[in-house]
Amino acid sequence: MKFIDPHIHMHARTTDDYERMAAAGIVAVIEPAFWLGQPRTSVGSYIDYLSSLVGWERFRAAQFGIRHYCTIGLNSKEANNEALAEQVMEILPRYLVKEGVVAVGEIGYDDQTPAEDRYYRAQLALAVQLDMLVMVHTPHRDKKAGTIRSMEVAVEMGMAPARVIIDHNNEETVQDVLDRGFWAGFTLYPNTKMGNERMVEIVRRYGPERIFVDSSADWGVSDPLAVPRTAQLMLERGIPVDHVEAVCYGNALAAYAQSGQMQAADWENPIPVDQRTLFEGNSVLRGQVPQVGVAPAAGLPLGELAFK
Amino acid sequence: MTPFSLIRHWLYERLPAEATAWFDGALDGVIRSTSDGDLNLAFGLVPRKLGKADLALTAEELRAAQGARAGWDPELWSVDQAARIALLLATQGDADAFVRRLDLLCATADVAELVALYRGLPLYPWPERHRLRAAEGVRTNMKAVFEAVAHANPYPAEQLSDGAWNQMVLKALFVGSALDPVVGLDGRANPALAQMLCDYAHERWSAGRPVSPELWRCVGPFATGAMIDDLSHVICTGGEAERLAAALALWRSRDPAAANVLQRHASLAAAAAASAVDRRAPRTLA
Ligand SMILES: [Zn+2]
Repeated sequence: MKFIDPHIHMHARTTDDYERMAAAGIVAVIEPAFWLGQPRTSVGSYIDYLSSLVGWERFRAAQFGIRHYCTIGLNSKEANNEALAEQVMEILPRYLVKEGVVAVGEIGYDDQTPAEDRYYRAQLALAVQLDMLVMVHTPHRDKKAGTIRSMEVAVEMGMAPARVIIDHNNEETVQDVLDRGFWAGFTLYPNTKMGNERMVEIVRRYGPERIFVDSSADWGVSDPLAVPRTAQLMLERGIPVDHVEAVCYGNALAAYAQSGQMQAADWENPIPVDQRTLFEGNSVLRGQVPQVGVAPAAGLPLGELAFK
Repeated sequence: MTPFSLIRHWLYERLPAEATAWFDGALDGVIRSTSDGDLNLAFGLVPRKLGKADLALTAEELRAAQGARAGWDPELWSVDQAARIALLLATQGDADAFVRRLDLLCATADVAELVALYRGLPLYPWPERHRLRAAEGVRTNMKAVFEAVAHANPYPAEQLSDGAWNQMVLKALFVGSALDPVVGLDGRANPALAQMLCDYAHERWSAGRPVSPELWRCVGPFATGAMIDDLSHVICTGGEAERLAAALALWRSRDPAAANVLQRHASLAAAAAASAVDRRAPRTLA
């Protein structure tokens, strides 16, 4: 079975994780711009972070045969540093239009302060202006009210619910999110938020439509294999295979494919220029043979190899 | 035609009307603009607006490229790369402005943008002002970006100092990039590089790791003393490709000791001589 982890902070993970994720069947990841645990004090470190999401991290993932996409935004925690936030808002547009940027995100509320509200709205306006999707981080405290408020403000700012992904849902928020026509993401943190067992019951109860799971793995205690692990548990508990595939692959793809920046062909049948730039050698090409521009391997036509 | 007008012409021949209209507007914006905002946005939008198909130039178009700029080889360029380079070439201002603009684009670039920016090096005005940029491209650990500088690009051979050039060749071997697509590899060979490469071969042997047969190509013309011993070791113990590569290197050395070694390997010596005369014909050993 193939998997997508549509919310994971690979920036904070090791190559061991990439290796295990690829082995477990994860073919693509989405890395939302978020905070680093340590607050940033200047726009320069924000620029370098956003550049690493579209540059170095994309390359790192490709080495393991995993396609890396990202969302770009000013997170709710750092929205409270208004001097920084103003400067970040200025540089966001040039990152938002880059290739492989599938949404504005993760944005939304943390403490639900006025500053958070102002920059959430400003970024929703940016998404409308650039015709982009939005990934919403819902608050961990005062969750239900914060989630409903996030959706109401998104609609008020002109976003169509089908173009907004509401993430970090739980049993208390899912019904509202689905009823209003938004996508519902579920984060599978070990010990906190959603556990795998609870997730199985949610899929059993609500079915697979517009629901998907992610690991949100980052620099904290988290599990980059949460998606495949949950898939396995669902299968063991008798959830139909097509429902598991929808929740662990197909729905995330359907939601983010709306961006025009992510499609199954990216990893199933990459176009030549991507084969040359995004994949390291033959081994990770999943059976594809690059047509041009490949370094000759030792043992190939001798004269050509040594001297030409 | 200038490289800029050639690129624009190739894109017009390949893109649908809607895409060329966008591209015209973007070029116009960049030419008129007083800030870099238009350039930055257009630069990012290129794949969304024009796609990423290979340019797939004809033999005639490739000849035109050579005519417009000697050594320019856009055979593996894609539509988005060509368009991005054209946007940068369309900007106005002096050398300082151009360098600053290129620096900022590189600082905020994604992988594909970096590849395009480095592939464009041979076309940028004020070529001597981009040596640090090229060296920075060589310093990257992203192989595709490194190869955008090192492969099918005449800029390094024309502009890099011996020190920077030698780092580039050594790094190519380090990251597993082929040397064959490096433009000017034979012309820029030098004694210091030959010594570095032999030291590197020793490191690899000590670690029990294979040595690319291509390494010896830059050693040959300067092989002398202990380097001849290295080549002798390879010609006696190496695999088929390595043995031929060592024979070719010995054939190119001017040290009489090299001829002595070759004498003991008559069929390899003959193959080396034939390969060196008719360099394009792939040969295998009898
Ligand atoms: Zn997150």
